[in-house]
Amino acid sequence: MTPDLNSRPRLAPGCRLNDAKQQPRVLLMPEKALRLMGPSLEIVERCDGQHTVRQIITELQRIYDKADPQKVETDILGYLSLLNDQRALDFVDADASVGGSVA
Amino acid sequence: MNSTVSTPLALIAELTHRCPLHCVYCSNPLELNARSNELSTDAWRNVFTQAAELGVLQADFTGGEPLARPDLVELVSAARGAGLYVNLITSGLPLDESRLEKLVAAGLDHFQLSFQGARPEIASEISGTTTHAQKLRVLEWLRGHRVAVTLNFVIHRRNMDQLPEMLAIAETSCATRVEFANVQYYGWAFANRENLLPTREQLNSSLGILKQAQERLRGKMRIEYVVPDYYAKFPKACMGGWGRKLMLVVPSGDVLPCHAARVIPGLTFENVQNRSLRQIWESSAAFQKFRGQEWMQEPCRSCDRREVDFGGCRCQALLLVNDAAATDPVCSLSPNRNKVDAVLTRVADIPVTATAADVKPAWIYRSNPT
Ligand code: SF4
Ligand code: SF4
Repeated sequence: MTPDLNSRPRLAPGCRLNDAKQQPRVLLMPEKALRLMGPSLEIVERCDGQHTVRQIITELQRIYDKADPQKVETDILGYLSLLNDQRALDFVDADASVGGSVA
Repeated sequence: MNSTVSTPLALIAELTHRCPLHCVYCSNPLELNARSNELSTDAWRNVFTQAAELGVLQADFTGGEPLARPDLVELVSAARGAGLYVNLITSGLPLDESRLEKLVAAGLDHFQLSFQGARPEIASEISGTTTHAQKLRVLEWLRGHRVAVTLNFVIHRRNMDQLPEMLAIAETSCATRVEFANVQYYGWAFANRENLLPTREQLNSSLGILKQAQERLRGKMRIEYVVPDYYAKFPKACMGGWGRKLMLVVPSGDVLPCHAARVIPGLTFENVQNRSLRQIWESSAAFQKFRGQEWMQEPCRSCDRREVDFGGCRCQALLLVNDAAATDPVCSLSPNRNKVDAVLTRVADIPVTATAADVKPAWIYRSNPT
């Protein structure tokens, strides 16, 4: 699936980053742990139910301003859909209230 | 740290061997730890802190039945407080909704509810108790809580035909992950092996059903499947390799490289009450025994897959060919593969029985510790 640019991804129940003091940073989820660094960490940190997909893209394009913006967008959409296949994300609807029902 | 020793990823905490169920395939040893020998709350707290310092990411709470520990909420909060991801593997009883709420509030990350089948009759036959309705109740309660939910269906000859019904239970629940794990033939399952091993036809049809479901449910639910290794061409990397990724602390505090390690003669296990977890992991004789490749025999020693499956399961080698250092006999390259094939031939001739009364010899049920 391709995530809707106006939806707000947030980590699904039971999926969370380990503590910021712990190294390496990992996304913990049922029977899996993904090591995060650089862009993958920047993306996951923004999956907070507040940022829209579009905002995440804009912010990363700003951080990685040497990279081709189109490529940054494609990579982010690909990564979000991979996380969704792992059931690590829920997408809060464009107009649903933040912090509403859990999946 | 010794450079040949890797960092453990998960700590399997067998909190107790007590359990209200008596499953015929229970992976617990035939000799169970008594209640009076169980580690205290503080001793476990200490284990979790040490584990996190060693680099462990996750604690798997299992048993027996972890819910049989009255201090489970405290243990969850201790493990979470130490920085671990807390995973509870449970049959769902004894549990009520207020205790569930407390467990989640204490920081439980992942709730794995095990099922013996899709129908009450099979659940009772396999577990020797009445459990199914309670599991369905727990599943309803879970909807209201912010915790990841996995359903674990343990599958075998007697319940494999219920796969579509099992999928239906999973699909209508709040689970984001479902695991279909074929019974592994150690512990009590080894004693009941002939009645549990599926036929090849059953296995093939189950693979078809699950592949389809995986496609259909992509993005909605993760479906994972553990095939019975008796039917596989190569063994599984048991425990991710001996002393490489996992360690198991049994109720009394002994630390084991795998669930069944006790069956291997000559191994002694050290206890968390006498030595640090780091020392045990890095240098205890039991963990060193099958680390690396030194201990391997042919054909493993010169095989390309030796860093993939690490020669398979040591306990299975012991159980089937009486040599814990042998190539896992389920491997098609093993000179002992004929022993596994002989079992498969034998079970192929046993009809897939229709009722519990047809099961012969009768089930041997898991007992309970004193
Ligand atoms: S397999 Fe069954 S008997 Fe064994 S611990 Fe689990 S629920 Fe209890
Ligand atoms: S010979 Fe040994 S290493 Fe090679 S596939 Fe078989 S068990 Fe694995």
